[in-house]
Amino acid sequence: MSATPFDEMHNADGSIREPYLILEDWLKGQPPQALSYMSADAESLFRRLGITFAVYGSNEGTEKLIPFDIIPRIISALEWRKLSRGIEQRVRALNAFLYDIYHRQEILKAGRVPEKLILNNSAFCPQMMGLDPARGIYSHIIGTDIVRTGPDDFYVLEDNLRTPSGVSYMLENREAMLQLAPELFQRYKVAPVETYPETLRRTMESVAPGGIHGSPNLVVLTPGIHNSAYFEHSFLADQMGAMLCEGQDLFVENGKVYMRTTTGPERVDVIYRRIDDDFLDPLTFRPDSMLGVPGLFDAYRAGNVTLVNAPGTGIADDKAVYVYVPEIIEFYLGEKALLKNVPTYNCTNDDERAYVLEHLGELVVKEVHGSGGYGMLVGPASTKAQREEFKRRILARPDNYIVQPTLALSTCPTFVEKGIAPRHVDLRPYVLVGDDVRITPGGLTRVALKRGSLVVNSSQGGGTKDTWVLED
Amino acid sequence: MLGRTAQNLFWLSRYIERAENMARMFEVGYRMSLTSRREGSASEHLHSMMQAAEVDEGFHLKHKQADVGSVADYMIFDEENPSSVKSCLLAARTNARSVRTALTTEMWESINAAWLEFAAIRPRDVNGARLQELLFWIKQVSHRYRGALLSTFLRDEGYAFSQIGNFVERADNTARILDMKYYVLLPRATMVGGDVDIAQWTMILRAASAHRSYRHVYHDRYKAWNIADYLILRPEMPRSLIFCVDWINRTVDMLEDIYGTRTKGHDAVDAVAELLEGTSVDRIFESGLHDFLTEFIDRNNRITDALAESYNFY
Repeated sequence: MSATPFDEMHNADGSIREPYLILEDWLKGQPPQALSYMSADAESLFRRLGITFAVYGSNEGTEKLIPFDIIPRIISALEWRKLSRGIEQRVRALNAFLYDIYHRQEILKAGRVPEKLILNNSAFCPQMMGLDPARGIYSHIIGTDIVRTGPDDFYVLEDNLRTPSGVSYMLENREAMLQLAPELFQRYKVAPVETYPETLRRTMESVAPGGIHGSPNLVVLTPGIHNSAYFEHSFLADQMGAMLCEGQDLFVENGKVYMRTTTGPERVDVIYRRIDDDFLDPLTFRPDSMLGVPGLFDAYRAGNVTLVNAPGTGIADDKAVYVYVPEIIEFYLGEKALLKNVPTYNCTNDDERAYVLEHLGELVVKEVHGSGGYGMLVGPASTKAQREEFKRRILARPDNYIVQPTLALSTCPTFVEKGIAPRHVDLRPYVLVGDDVRITPGGLTRVALKRGSLVVNSSQGGGTKDTWVLED
Repeated sequence: MLGRTAQNLFWLSRYIERAENMARMFEVGYRMSLTSRREGSASEHLHSMMQAAEVDEGFHLKHKQADVGSVADYMIFDEENPSSVKSCLLAARTNARSVRTALTTEMWESINAAWLEFAAIRPRDVNGARLQELLFWIKQVSHRYRGALLSTFLRDEGYAFSQIGNFVERADNTARILDMKYYVLLPRATMVGGDVDIAQWTMILRAASAHRSYRHVYHDRYKAWNIADYLILRPEMPRSLIFCVDWINRTVDMLEDIYGTRTKGHDAVDAVAELLEGTSVDRIFESGLHDFLTEFIDRNNRITDALAESYNFY
């Protein structure tokens, strides 16, 4: 780990990187209190609109705002082209992988990915075997997590092929910036992100079951108002003009899905479900689920409704499968991976495990099925006792952990209490796969607001930034 | 539109209207406890007001003595009281969150802001002038919401369900205020009211926000006959039964235009309208004010069930 991480705005010699020149000039022109006022304005704007993620313990609940940083993260047109080509390659290959895994399993037969890793994996969904989703697409809505360590060094951290969230923040952050600093948009040519809901609609329509007259009926299926991402569910339904439904609003009859309207049943064609696989249909998956729709999976199997994303996509973004993504790209596309994977140690290999146990203080340990920053050891920030604990756990179940070097995430200037200071960031661009692969230019930049912290999760004090992709 | 959405919109409006009614009823009891000492003790006034608001039974399960503090606590802040202002605002916001996509930004913001502000209030800080301010604010919440609804909401089925909910709740409230006090309105040998009567009549009019407008309409002293006429049959009085029923009628007709069919909901509304059609205060008194009001409340209640059945509330 180098002493000074790559900064998005500054070159190593302190000069300003090209995409940030106008921003630098604008920042210099701001009166001392202006940024504080803008910050406060942004906060009251978000609170009034109810752009919150809920932490619902009690009946009243407390709804928290994710802190919004007013200094945008800027990506040049050239950088974006490279990134988006790499992401597109990845999502095409991973969809091909999913099709293969749930059909002939050629990649397992060829021995390129170990059979045991897939078939014994809890993310593998046997109910999907032999099922043909519309256009052969499994993961339509994807949020690829990217980190950067140098001018040309982008790594994919996670593929997020199940139900990635956060896209509403990408859209609202842009709305906020347009209100707070319109003059910057006059000086920069920023690629629009507000096309996302329309593109989402188009994507969903393109994977509707055949034989529909007129435009297909689209719904967003939410677990309900107590879900932490409920705001996003209602926001997206609203923005693309789809009906926002809970499980109780839908029912299945004769293998077809209907919603209960004021004038009786109405057929549903495409469901953007924000409910996890396990809860989708109590007749097929968890029988105790109150959130899903009984019989939904049968209707899906019969080809009468499309689920976006398909069940079982988790097998392709599993942390243990992650290691094989470059292999997967080569197998299906015959190309070298354009984006790098973070080097990952396999603890079931004796040599690699020995190295890992020696160097825990410099490494990051993740549970194979963990998410959201839980069950994780960040070596450089850990105590001796924590390292001892993880040593025991790895020795007990070496297959349950993956280990990676601690990456020096790039930093971006951020407005904090003491003024503008560099803070670590990551990036989640949003990808839609239907009749084509479309990547919205921009995404969600998450920022670790604590000095030196590498953890960007909102549950651990992370914030977000508007992300600008410049047009040529 | 989803049946659940229609239901949420209907109840959202009912709860907002109910929050306002609770604040107004409490205000009346509070005021009487301060100003009408000759006609009864503070606790008697508060108690009779709670009867009219139909919260007296629940109150006595929790409190021995009715004083301003305990009644304010129960009617405004107590979450265990399903009709308290807090319960109503929370229920309204929960309904609003469920149907956010069906609301305009202005409607959502008025409810969201109201809840955030209300949730930040500490009950023990609210007394004296602060209490008056709070009551005023609660009524404003309802007016802001209705203002947003009237000036921004699309005139479609969602609007119709919202309006029906609002006026079903309001009609119920006015009828109950009258019914709890019907005996002080009955014609007696002496048609000139004594002080006690006047105090009671004032309470009725205030509870319906009608004590000032009464003068504009009747140019007369408070009289029982006028008061009953005003709150039941005056089409220009926005809380009168006939005004509410007229609105309900118009909005169910809207639903018929939109959906192209009449339903049991329409029959239920007709049954309520029938009670008011071609009648007069004389006739109502003749056949019995209490019986009339009981029948009205009952038929008005059936609208909710009939709508639920006809439009798939669940």
